[in-house]
Amino acid sequence: MTLKVVAVAAVIGIILGIILSLMKISRIKPLNWIADFYTSIFRGTPLVLQLMLIYFGSPQLFGVQIEAFEAAFLSFGLNSAAYISEVIRGGINAVDKGQREAALALGVPYSSMMISIILPQAFKNILPALMNEFITLTKESAIVTTIGLADIMRRSYIVGGDTYKFFEPILFAGLIYYVMVMILTVIGKLIEGRMKRSD
Amino acid sequence: MIKVDNLHKSYGKLDVLKGINTSIKEGEVVAVIGPSGSGKSTFLRCLNLLEQPTEGQIWIKESNITDNKTNIMKVREHVGMVFQHFHLFPHKTVLDNLTYAPMKVKGLSKQEAQKQGRELLKKVGLADKEKQYPNKLSGGQKQRVAIARALAMNPDVMLFDEPTSALDPEMVKEVLAVMKDLVHTGMTMVIVTHEMGFAREVADRILFLDGGNLVEDAPPSEFFSSPKSKRAQDFLEKVL
Ligand SMILES: Nc1ncnc2c1ncn2[C@@H]1O[C@H](COP(=O)(O)OP(=O)(O)O)[C@@H](O)[C@H]1O
Ligand SMILES: [Mg+2]
Repeated sequence: MTLKVVAVAAVIGIILGIILSLMKISRIKPLNWIADFYTSIFRGTPLVLQLMLIYFGSPQLFGVQIEAFEAAFLSFGLNSAAYISEVIRGGINAVDKGQREAALALGVPYSSMMISIILPQAFKNILPALMNEFITLTKESAIVTTIGLADIMRRSYIVGGDTYKFFEPILFAGLIYYVMVMILTVIGKLIEGRMKRSD
Repeated sequence: MIKVDNLHKSYGKLDVLKGINTSIKEGEVVAVIGPSGSGKSTFLRCLNLLEQPTEGQIWIKESNITDNKTNIMKVREHVGMVFQHFHLFPHKTVLDNLTYAPMKVKGLSKQEAQKQGRELLKKVGLADKEKQYPNKLSGGQKQRVAIARALAMNPDVMLFDEPTSALDPEMVKEVLAVMKDLVHTGMTMVIVTHEMGFAREVADRILFLDGGNLVEDAPPSEFFSSPKSKRAQDFLEKVL
């Protein structure tokens, strides 16, 4: 359950994060404002509040009561998009201005330039920061217990409640989180290594 | 081929180009020289609209590129540019640097683009480097790839902005040699350069810019032996 929430949230976070970062660097001022406002809202309030607001407020927000699972990946995705967009914006700005000019001078349209020239270089630079974001997300996902989702943490409580022994189950939950984070770290290093080919 | 009429460019209050008038014929090679900050790069960058002119008009072939209705992207397809710092795409191999824009912009198939790319690499003497990444190349090799990349779009005009200024002295020659070959193919070229010997040898005309004005426009023999303006005389005294 934890894995599924984190994976879906990560995908939402990246896609929305890219869109937001492009809005932030756009020359169209209202797009800057919208993206900056979005970011400040999601960074300026606790994640657990966003989660509860989306879950318990879903009838008001969407007109239907959504599943706890949906509320979890939605709030995590929307939240991490705010952080990721900042990371990507930094990455885009760090790409040499000459890359953009070289592409434009060849007649390459803006969208293709972003997709195949600027973003690949930006991602290479920000990969460590991005991995950090996903690791944080994995660990923070433990708060889904607050809306009753049976993630690793909650299961360990349940086992603890059944057996009256909390130490071992919770320690075991910690171990699972640790292993997941280590796997993420290794994947990150592998991708980084692949991208370093051009150095 | 190119006609520039009363070209002005300013950044806020700073007037960088103050009304440039000139025209360049097909097959002509024009060297743009002048002191640092005189507006040479800005002039060049207006010719492919990397900078938007503040005033004045520019025609390339039959189209008025300063007209809002003109498609800027189409203009840039026909105007190649080579930068002082190469700006090769570091995450693409040498061959992919040459095939990317022809495939993306002109819709060439991969086979066509690669065939053409390999021919161009042969021309600039780097046929064996196609699988390398740019960071593995020397400065001179990078600039030769950059020239080939621009040529891959089959442009009508090539713009060079100090193509050898960032190179170690021993690499300047190899890049100038490639440019000389290009001159012999009849390419129309506008070259901002500090290589006076090269300008004298290959250029049909010298444009001397100073303080945003086109101060002299003369054949090299005339310009180098008897510059008319005081400013050109002072400049030549310093650099020769
Ligand atoms: N983007 C810019 N914003 C403000 N000033 C600029 C910009 N680009 C160039 N300039 C100024 O315009 C003048 C001419 O620059 P440039 O065309 O690069 O000269 P050159 O290539 O002859 O050395 C310089 O004073 C430079 O500082
Ligand atoms: Mg310059």
